Amino acid sequence: MAINRELLGREYPSPEPYEVTRGKIREFAEAIGDANPVYTDAEAARKAGHPDVVAPPTFPIILSMAGAGQAVTDPELGLDFSMVVHGEQRFRYSRPVVAGDLVRSVTRITEIKSLAGNELVTLESEISDLDGEHVVTAVNMLVVRGGAEEAGSAA
Amino acid sequence: MTATVRYDDVEAGTGIGERTFPVRRVDLVRYAGASGDFNPIHWNDRTAKAVGLPGVIAHGMFTMAEAARLVTDWAGDPGAVVEYGTRFSAPVVVPDDDTGAEITVSGTVKEKRGDNLVLVALTVRAAGTRVLARPTLLVRLA
Repeated sequence: MAINRELLGREYPSPEPYEVTRGKIREFAEAIGDANPVYTDAEAARKAGHPDVVAPPTFPIILSMAGAGQAVTDPELGLDFSMVVHGEQRFRYSRPVVAGDLVRSVTRITEIKSLAGNELVTLESEISDLDGEHVVTAVNMLVVRGGAEEAGSAA
Repeated sequence: MTATVRYDDVEAGTGIGERTFPVRRVDLVRYAGASGDFNPIHWNDRTAKAVGLPGVIAHGMFTMAEAARLVTDWAGDPGAVVEYGTRFSAPVVVPDDDTGAEITVSGTVKEKRGDNLVLVALTVRAAGTRVLARPTLLVRLA
């Protein structure tokens, strides 16, 4: 069950830029049940000072998946995805994600440790625009429930 | 990119209210599709039980998204959020019936910082249990 520590620091760049569309933002906003017009109405978003519709604060989880998905399926890492639950999530925003953004990400394995019979793997995804300007960093800690012990943490 | 709440109008201890958000199976299916997270523990009881969970549980990111709504509606602009983080301390179990579960979110301004920033601390519960541990947002007010 042990995770391969030698992969600490390994980086996974997104294979291609991700285009943030109005339709995807609307779909995500509807899925979380949030009727805030700045997520769906470009005019309302402009009145609030944004160039186009804005993405909800947790939308960048989608942008982090290009790299995080590669990391968790890296055969060298040895992670059993069926035993993974989400342990912790953080976002640091330089600006909100808006429709029309073209972004890239680089996901890095920043920590691997054992705690109470579980393995904890932290992935940090730096998301920036095509000029290299930082947009948001998503930090994702995964708990790989290991050994005979049942984890209390799950999400 | 402007919050409607003024920095000068809040103090450490100012409450930002409380709201309850429903979460049913269909919400998890819709969230799976929108987010791309199709982990079957979020829609399939057999899989959830096979890995030792009491049943289908909500995506942690769904709960985190609902919790943020209290703050973005209070601040008046989702673009005012500068940082957002939480640990996931307990699962939100979503039964396969018409009512599902409820996520109750309340919040308080915990401290005022420079540059119009305030730290907002949330309390997020389902079925009486805290499901997020230390959920906090750094928000830039007007």
